[in-house]
Amino acid sequence: MKLLMIDTSTIVATAAVVDENRLIAETIVNYKKKHSEKMLPAIDHLFQDSGMKLSDMDAFGVVNGPGSFTGLRIGMATAKGFAQALEKPIVTVSTLESLAYNACVYPHYICPVIDAQRGQVYTALYRFEGNTTNSILTSYLSEGVYGIDTLIEEIKAKNEKEEPVLFLGDGLKKHGRQLSEISPKIQLMPAYFAMNRASSAAAAGYQKLSKGETVNYFQAGLNYLRKSSAEEQMEKKQGKIDG
Amino acid sequence: MKILSIESSCDETAVAVIEDGRHILANQVYTQIAIHRKYGGVVPEIASRNHVMKMPFVVQDALDEAHLDFQDIDAIAVTKGPGLVGALLVGVSEAKALAYALDKPLIGVNHIEGHIAANYLAFPELEPPFLALVVSGGHTNLVIVKDYGLNVILGRTRDDAAGEAFDKVARVLGYPYPGGPAIDKAAQTGDEHAVEFPRAMLEDGSYDFSFSGLKSAVLNEINHNKMKGIDFRKEDIAASFQAAVLDVLTDKTVRCAEENHVKKIVLAGGVSANKGLRKRMSQVGKKHGWQLYYPPLSLCTDNAAMIGARAYYDYQLGRTSDWHLNAMPGLELPGVVK
Repeated sequence: MKLLMIDTSTIVATAAVVDENRLIAETIVNYKKKHSEKMLPAIDHLFQDSGMKLSDMDAFGVVNGPGSFTGLRIGMATAKGFAQALEKPIVTVSTLESLAYNACVYPHYICPVIDAQRGQVYTALYRFEGNTTNSILTSYLSEGVYGIDTLIEEIKAKNEKEEPVLFLGDGLKKHGRQLSEISPKIQLMPAYFAMNRASSAAAAGYQKLSKGETVNYFQAGLNYLRKSSAEEQMEKKQGKIDG
Repeated sequence: MKILSIESSCDETAVAVIEDGRHILANQVYTQIAIHRKYGGVVPEIASRNHVMKMPFVVQDALDEAHLDFQDIDAIAVTKGPGLVGALLVGVSEAKALAYALDKPLIGVNHIEGHIAANYLAFPELEPPFLALVVSGGHTNLVIVKDYGLNVILGRTRDDAAGEAFDKVARVLGYPYPGGPAIDKAAQTGDEHAVEFPRAMLEDGSYDFSFSGLKSAVLNEINHNKMKGIDFRKEDIAASFQAAVLDVLTDKTVRCAEENHVKKIVLAGGVSANKGLRKRMSQVGKKHGWQLYYPPLSLCTDNAAMIGARAYYDYQLGRTSDWHLNAMPGLELPGVVK
């Protein structure tokens, strides 16, 4: 089965085609955010270079959040368009799970952090468990928006034995130093490997595809993890009236 | 030629199938008005979130209405701008993906030209050249459509578009979103001579528009009355405001038609749904011997049918798009500016 995975959730525009146990082609552009202009031409090149066609794909994958609201929609609308035109299923992968797959042989805690502005990050805490042939990503802190101080407290509470924790994701730019001061066993992923890659998302996505965990192009949705600011303000106002 | 067209520039998620630029095979509009009403206007982020989830359903509904499959479609068209960038991006991304997957031409369409083309759907005999008055939420233009591929732009808005002024005045008067239809309705029972609002004609000979002064005058009038505890009828303010807008629009259109010796006049854009404007233009048109065209109400507000109609002529002119097509939120009406 062939899967095209698309990730436009962050500043990185990336797409990959994978087969079982094989990365066939990948494109990564980590420079200036013009995903709407560049993503489809990059996918087109990827197919031209590899001699495949879009219609050779058995499923379309998309990283469905959290991340840039607009970026997420560009990826999702593209995946939905492909899937609807060719009547194929969609596989969605969390941006945070995808980042964890950048470090899929790391035996300790993995904490992806994506900058959510306002001193907050989109984050979760994972660990790959099981053996090398069947390693399962297990969640220790559910996906959410956390203030950086809250996240640090959560990690300290979960990690009483002070095991190593690996941080990665674009949130390192702003918060890397503060996170590295949690304990001497903290590790920060080097920049090249700390960013989103469609091949990592595809690794996670392929497992889902194999298990039949697909959705159709009507259902496929985004996990923004945050409401629009208009909704937030409205709720605040109503909260004041109610309270 | 059958074109599947997508429109998502504001708060309507719309898909149509149009044959040869003139025949509507399907025209599906999912309107988000009810969602945005409680915020008093369109919230771009909420509009975009709804577009991305609704789009596949609206595409399917359009194909079903036309009794067609994707294989029967010859090209994919989409509004590339102007509009809300996040909202536009959903339609543009979806259209690019459909066109790429189906291996069909992609046509990025200018939304303002789309509004003009709505008239091609309603009037099979209508052909350029004609003078068009385009009045919508974001744009006010007087343009001579010389040919399908050539616009001579004579006037454009310098600040607030007419539709924008309608929305702001409506909001201050406490009418629900969208404000245009509410003002139009209230104006019908109000006294248009109750308040003498300014008519900004700008310098002699100019066909440009300016509605921000009028808007401020209306807001000042309302505030003044409220502060001094003076009773006023909202209907009178609405009627007086609308009369001022219509005076400017009709005066400039008449002068422009006369100076350019045009008798074929086309109204387009969301504000062309305004009953007051239609009535006034009809009266003026009769006096000047115009052939006056304006679209049915369903084609005045944002829809994808008009995008499919315009796309046909863009395609004939070789104006197709490549895979780099991007949303262009600040796009202007294309043409020669005179």
